[in-house]
Amino acid sequence: MKRLTRWCIYSLTLAATAGMAEPSGLLAQEIPEAVIKAEQQRIQAIARATTSAVSVFANGGKGGGSGVVITPDGYALTNFHVAKPAGSAMKCSMSDNRLYDAVIVGIDPVGDVAMIKLLGRDDFPCATLADSDQVQVGDWCFAIGNPFLLATDFQPTVTYGIVSGVHRYQYPAGTLLEYADCIQTDASINPGNSGGPLFNANGDLIGINGRGSFEKRGRVNVGVGYAISINQIKHFMGYLRSGRIVDHATLGATVATDERGRVIISNILESSDAYRRGLRYGDEVISFGNRRITTVNGFKNVLGIFPRGWRVPLEYRRDTETFEAFVRLSGVHSPEQLLAKIQRPAQPGPGPNPDKPKDKPKDKPKDEPKDEPKDEPKDEPKDEPDDNRKPPRPQPPRRPQAGPAPKIPAHVAKYFKARRGYANYYFNLLNRDRIWNRFSEETDCLRLNGKWTLSGTIPNRGDVEIILDQEEIRADFPQGQVKVDLTKDFDTQLAPAGSGGLLVALQVWKKLLTEGPAQFGDVYYLGTAPVLNQKGVFDILIGTRNVVETRFMFDPQSGQMIGLEMFPDLSLDPCEILFADYRDVQGRSLPHLLKIRYGNNDFAQIQLTNYALPQASAEKKSP
Amino acid sequence: MFQLNHYTTKRSLACLLGTALLLLAAKPSLSYDQGTSFSAVSSSVQSKMVKIYGAGGIKGLEAYQSGFLISEQGHILTVWSYVLDTDYITAVLDDGRKFQAKLVGADPRLEIAVLQVETDRVDFFAPKAAIDLEAGDRVLAFSNLYGVATGDEPTSVLHGIVSAKTPLDARRGAFKTTYRGPVLILDAMTNNPGAAGGALTNREGKLVGILGKELRNALTNTWLNYAIPMSELNQAIDDILAGKTRPRSVDDSVKRPDHPHSLHKLGILLVPDLLTKTPPFVDRVRSNSAAAKKGLKADDLILFVNDRMAESCKTLKDELSLIDRIDSVHLIIQRGQELLELELKLSDGT
Repeated sequence: MKRLTRWCIYSLTLAATAGMAEPSGLLAQEIPEAVIKAEQQRIQAIARATTSAVSVFANGGKGGGSGVVITPDGYALTNFHVAKPAGSAMKCSMSDNRLYDAVIVGIDPVGDVAMIKLLGRDDFPCATLADSDQVQVGDWCFAIGNPFLLATDFQPTVTYGIVSGVHRYQYPAGTLLEYADCIQTDASINPGNSGGPLFNANGDLIGINGRGSFEKRGRVNVGVGYAISINQIKHFMGYLRSGRIVDHATLGATVATDERGRVIISNILESSDAYRRGLRYGDEVISFGNRRITTVNGFKNVLGIFPRGWRVPLEYRRDTETFEAFVRLSGVHSPEQLLAKIQRPAQPGPGPNPDKPKDKPKDKPKDEPKDEPKDEPKDEPKDEPDDNRKPPRPQPPRRPQAGPAPKIPAHVAKYFKARRGYANYYFNLLNRDRIWNRFSEETDCLRLNGKWTLSGTIPNRGDVEIILDQEEIRADFPQGQVKVDLTKDFDTQLAPAGSGGLLVALQVWKKLLTEGPAQFGDVYYLGTAPVLNQKGVFDILIGTRNVVETRFMFDPQSGQMIGLEMFPDLSLDPCEILFADYRDVQGRSLPHLLKIRYGNNDFAQIQLTNYALPQASAEKKSP
Repeated sequence: MFQLNHYTTKRSLACLLGTALLLLAAKPSLSYDQGTSFSAVSSSVQSKMVKIYGAGGIKGLEAYQSGFLISEQGHILTVWSYVLDTDYITAVLDDGRKFQAKLVGADPRLEIAVLQVETDRVDFFAPKAAIDLEAGDRVLAFSNLYGVATGDEPTSVLHGIVSAKTPLDARRGAFKTTYRGPVLILDAMTNNPGAAGGALTNREGKLVGILGKELRNALTNTWLNYAIPMSELNQAIDDILAGKTRPRSVDDSVKRPDHPHSLHKLGILLVPDLLTKTPPFVDRVRSNSAAAKKGLKADDLILFVNDRMAESCKTLKDELSLIDRIDSVHLIIQRGQELLELELKLSDGT
């Protein structure tokens, strides 16, 4: 009996084993090729993407989060709310099982983005940046990160899902963090995933994860995570590299939905650039930033993806007439307000408990235009744990208590320079000098401090001569002679009339060229921004001389200064000059075509035929 | 000892045999539709989705939910909830068109309601064409969870699979709901605030069911993600569309009896009628009245009178005025999360 039983068991085991083997063989044969191929693609995409993922650990055990490297020399993105408690330096692990030191570069507190730089290599594996405007609802996507700070073995966690929504607007949470135009996903985004990458199915970077809707369900994923779109971050990339604390933008006008469902201007500041461009109360917004605007959220989405100071196309309708304009966006906060807000200790925390601030965005700055009532009610997700419910749900690790800032290691400290208003002034100087040194290769005018005489013509109008002397500027224009006394305030001498201050602008330009940024005054790197009627984005240096602020714009490819904007007052239109037709003048390249614009009008195009320059003085050369 | 071994051996044999047969019989049948991407499916479904706004807005009670179009006459299927306790229900279609929706009818047992908007330019799901799914099937869930979408913004889409098809274990101490039928348990986080009334489809965008209201298991503090299959709802939808639940009092031509019922005669005192649509909560029941004899209690909410919706104190009074005193009054009431049915006869009271 026993033997029979054993035999039966043996036989059946064999049969079962054979059965197991055979169906798996069948499976392999019957799985469509497309499925196997799709699976392989998914494996490869995840493998490739994983190499660029970063797990962030704050020094001193102050939490952490996630990030992603975007350049071979180690520039990486994470959330502001991850970087903030980490301070100026942090540790980052990657899937190569190595731990790297990293230093803060720049922060965008409103957009909840921070740029950090990993140190120690110039061949970091980095993510490929996708065009996130091409992302569609239903697309497969995956997040890689450090949920619950699990990556103590340096290996990040991968969660797969689909895109649940695009162009989502999430109201500011806490006092700052606003998620505009973000990507919504059902891939699990948990505390610790913050700052980590969201990839498309190809493994290309489409966003930075950072927020979720939780409400009464606790601080764990409920299938609703949000990622900051990588296209938004592309707009801010130059600003982040500047080492500054970057602000977001306002139009100087608010919008609301009227009874016909149109998005209309519900309030507008007369001091705004939009007002000067002709926008008025009651106008219907048709498109903004080259997007059709059909909802208030849609308008806010566009507003949220551009940095302060950018010029953005706006199309609006009044009665039956349609108007187009490029409007310059102003800042949401003053620098002091921004500093005060990010230094507020009650800011929602990053690290293991990062994703949702607790306080509602009720304390918008008073100078910020109130952005209208929405057309539909919308909840503000809350993440307070409900302590009344039993049994308690599992809790993620608690956020470490704040303590004294850990000391920056010496080998990291050389990449950090503290200065008020900057996340890391080291990177501002780095970029300022990069731009200036490149420009100086072709246009070295240092020490040419004497009288400059520029001669030329305004086609069809007559000859022009401009003498930029030490004490004054004298100019002959077809419409007459004008002078500027350089010993007086510049902002009251905006000659010639209608130019917005061409002579002052040229004086400031000459001073930067002859003195260099270090001697000129306070010159800092703003970042990159578009320039009217020019393709691409340009490096911007900002300098203040006398009482005027001037933006100098440089082509990142050629290094040439392609223009400047001189603001006699930041609430007024600048005098804009575009430089072109660079030619050699005594061994240095100088522009021979000046296109001058003020407000909505082109003032003139001056074709220069001659530069009369002084001999270089023996002054010490700028560093 | 032997008995135990013998039993164990028999059980082992049975298990092995079963396993072997299962494995040998299993013919893997995988299919992979290369032509249908989720993004294409999403686009096709979105035009049928509706964002619904109504009562609520105070802490913990969202003033919004989801729904989807079920007829070219603009009928919208959604869940029956406090959001609909208002005369101003707003329905926003996928293209951003905004309507004031009318409550056509509801079935509190199934917790569904049908609204209607005055338009004929709509894409819609045909409820009768809904399909059934089994455990393991892939699904997409469309809803306006957390009210994320507004205007013409598309609703949210989550993906997952059917984990199980099972009767809902709804009872006191577990999931508090009046629905007692089968549900599809989902492995995705589909039933978030505002998601109720959303559409569950298969991977090709064919309607499967409606996302139910939020349910939290009081014992385990877990939230249930589920949908009610359309096959459970179609009869009720037909009844609602046929006007069977519509109050008769809205029709002026209905003949009124000479001696109708009244709240007073039945022994029912409602809460003060202060709102435009005050829910007919019982404030007090007179002792020894017909209502008291049948067990009606203070705080009960009267939902239906003779299978007609009593959506407000006024409607309830009007409906009673259409019933002759010699006839009984059939009430469906809600007490807590329970639905109860009472048959009141005037002769029962004193």
